[in-house]
Amino acid sequence: MIEVLSETKCVGCNQCVNVCPTNVFERVQDGIPVIARQSDCQTCFMCELYCPVDALYVAPDAEGLTLISEEEAERQGLLGGYREKVGWGKGRKPVSSHAFMVELSKRTNF
Amino acid sequence: MSGVAKTGAVYLTADVLIIGGGPAGTWAALSAAAKGAKVVLVDKGYCGSSGATAPSGTGVWYVKPDQHLREEAKQSRFHLGGQLAEDRWMNRVLDRTYDNMNKLGSWGYPFPLDDSGTPFRRGLQGPEYMRLMRKLVQKAGVAILDHSPALELLADEHGVGGAAGVRTQTGQTWSVQAGAVVIATGGCAFLSKALGCNVLTGDGYLFAAEAGAELSGMEFSNAYAISPTFSSVTKTAYYKYASFYYEDGTEVEGAGSQRGRSIIARNLLEGRQVYAVLDQATADLEPLLRVGQTNFFLPFDRLGIDPFRDKFPITLRLEGTVRGTGGIHIVDETCATMIPGLYAAGDAATRELICGGFTGGGSHNAAWAMSSGSFAGEGAAVYAQRLGSHAADRLLRGLSSQTLDDHGKQDAKAANHVQEVVGAVQNEVRPYDKNLFRTEKGLQGSLERLDDIWNELRSHAVNRHDAVKTREAAAMTATARWMYRSALARTETRGMHKREDFPQQDNEQHYRLISGGLDRVYVKTESVGKEVVTH
Repeated sequence: MIEVLSETKCVGCNQCVNVCPTNVFERVQDGIPVIARQSDCQTCFMCELYCPVDALYVAPDAEGLTLISEEEAERQGLLGGYREKVGWGKGRKPVSSHAFMVELSKRTNF
Repeated sequence: MSGVAKTGAVYLTADVLIIGGGPAGTWAALSAAAKGAKVVLVDKGYCGSSGATAPSGTGVWYVKPDQHLREEAKQSRFHLGGQLAEDRWMNRVLDRTYDNMNKLGSWGYPFPLDDSGTPFRRGLQGPEYMRLMRKLVQKAGVAILDHSPALELLADEHGVGGAAGVRTQTGQTWSVQAGAVVIATGGCAFLSKALGCNVLTGDGYLFAAEAGAELSGMEFSNAYAISPTFSSVTKTAYYKYASFYYEDGTEVEGAGSQRGRSIIARNLLEGRQVYAVLDQATADLEPLLRVGQTNFFLPFDRLGIDPFRDKFPITLRLEGTVRGTGGIHIVDETCATMIPGLYAAGDAATRELICGGFTGGGSHNAAWAMSSGSFAGEGAAVYAQRLGSHAADRLLRGLSSQTLDDHGKQDAKAANHVQEVVGAVQNEVRPYDKNLFRTEKGLQGSLERLDDIWNELRSHAVNRHDAVKTREAAAMTATARWMYRSALARTETRGMHKREDFPQQDNEQHYRLISGGLDRVYVKTESVGKEVVTH
């Protein structure tokens, strides 16, 4: 479930409010958005991918809270980790064009 | 409720309305727009991130038009699916998928290059794919309404002519009057939190049935995916490299990702936790697997688990008809339903035509979504254009079987009640001993309880501004009833449908089961198209 929205990193672009398929976030007038409906989170990680400043962290547990703090997530280098792997963001190459995709297909029948 | 079409705070007209913005809906929108139709697309969440495809990587049934390769492709899952696929449909889906994937390349999808420098087009990464599809849909001039779940279809005596719903972020109601409607709302996974699936609650099935359309193959609705107990990520394919263990470290005999899933389920039913570890993958395969499905590793990495070496507890998460094959019955090559003006595509439509009663994962489903989306979009555009200018004068009424009104406000008690209803439906469809391993007695017991839930839901009115979750609950209840009535009628084991009391396939039951009805659910048989693949 979504657990961290970093108030220091968030630039208030509201992309997370737009892209969350289950409408977990809510816009705030003259402020940054809030996690308004946490239990509706389906743990799909899409908000993290679309956050341009890596201000969000979705803990993998879909059912319960891990209660991880922003400091802890930051310390473990978790913020923005998924976006980096997918290759989204300035100067990155999308993982979809990675040569390993071809290699994997040769080795398996996925 | 006549005239409801024009009462929405947001009121739009179009030739074609698409409900659902996943792969099927976006391909339908592109194809309808390419025919010159004015198109509106509404999505319950956000077109680009909604649904089962966006968060995942998927293989695609992309096969070069070589006769030998095509025959091999058609045979590969034909028997697994209980011989219910049709040759003619497999051919046209293979053709259309090939064309569409090539188009995606020319439109900018970053396919990897193979050794000869040719784009490799047998897979898609969901985030990249759906972000591109949104861009293409917008470029084609389609109006997108995000966060705008439909609540009901609109129709007159000539057929379906639009839909109405609510915008969850503004609270406004919306209505779209359209010459034709394409339902591309996905399947139903009963809010099981399988990756990306919580927007998939069978809404489109309910809308179609309320218009009088039928469903097909709803007995093929008991797909369960392997996932870690602590995670939403349901990527069963990778468990082909797994070994399975009990807590004491002894191996679970016969457990596996394909045919051995039942053994895992029986252990879990008896209260024995099963653990997996991907120890069959060689070290040189690890980096390839990590790139192939980045999100598969996310939960492990975040919890400090090495899935290639550490045992982790697993469960089977219900994917219902999302990875099942049942859905709205389509009656011709344009993916039309039997109701004029109403079309269905993607997981919302039956996939039996290319998969029969089983899908082994993404490949066929992705192909079906993009092909049926294209067929439906084109068919709907042609239909709407034939209606001409009269389409705008139609007096449409809402078709919801639950009364939707503008009175009162949902209080906390009513909201809790909807939660309870959802829990009660989940209690009938999630347990392995009810849905995976089916028996006459079990199905009948479930149906009695589900019928009661349905009647109760039908008995009171809902304010349309608060109706989204109630309508989802109704859709899940109705879906479960079509599933189990069909499962009761198929007294054999075929495809993914398993009857404990009829464990063999019965050649006499080589037919489709068509279901429908709301207060009274019916099931009837229909013969499979004659041009089936032989041998």
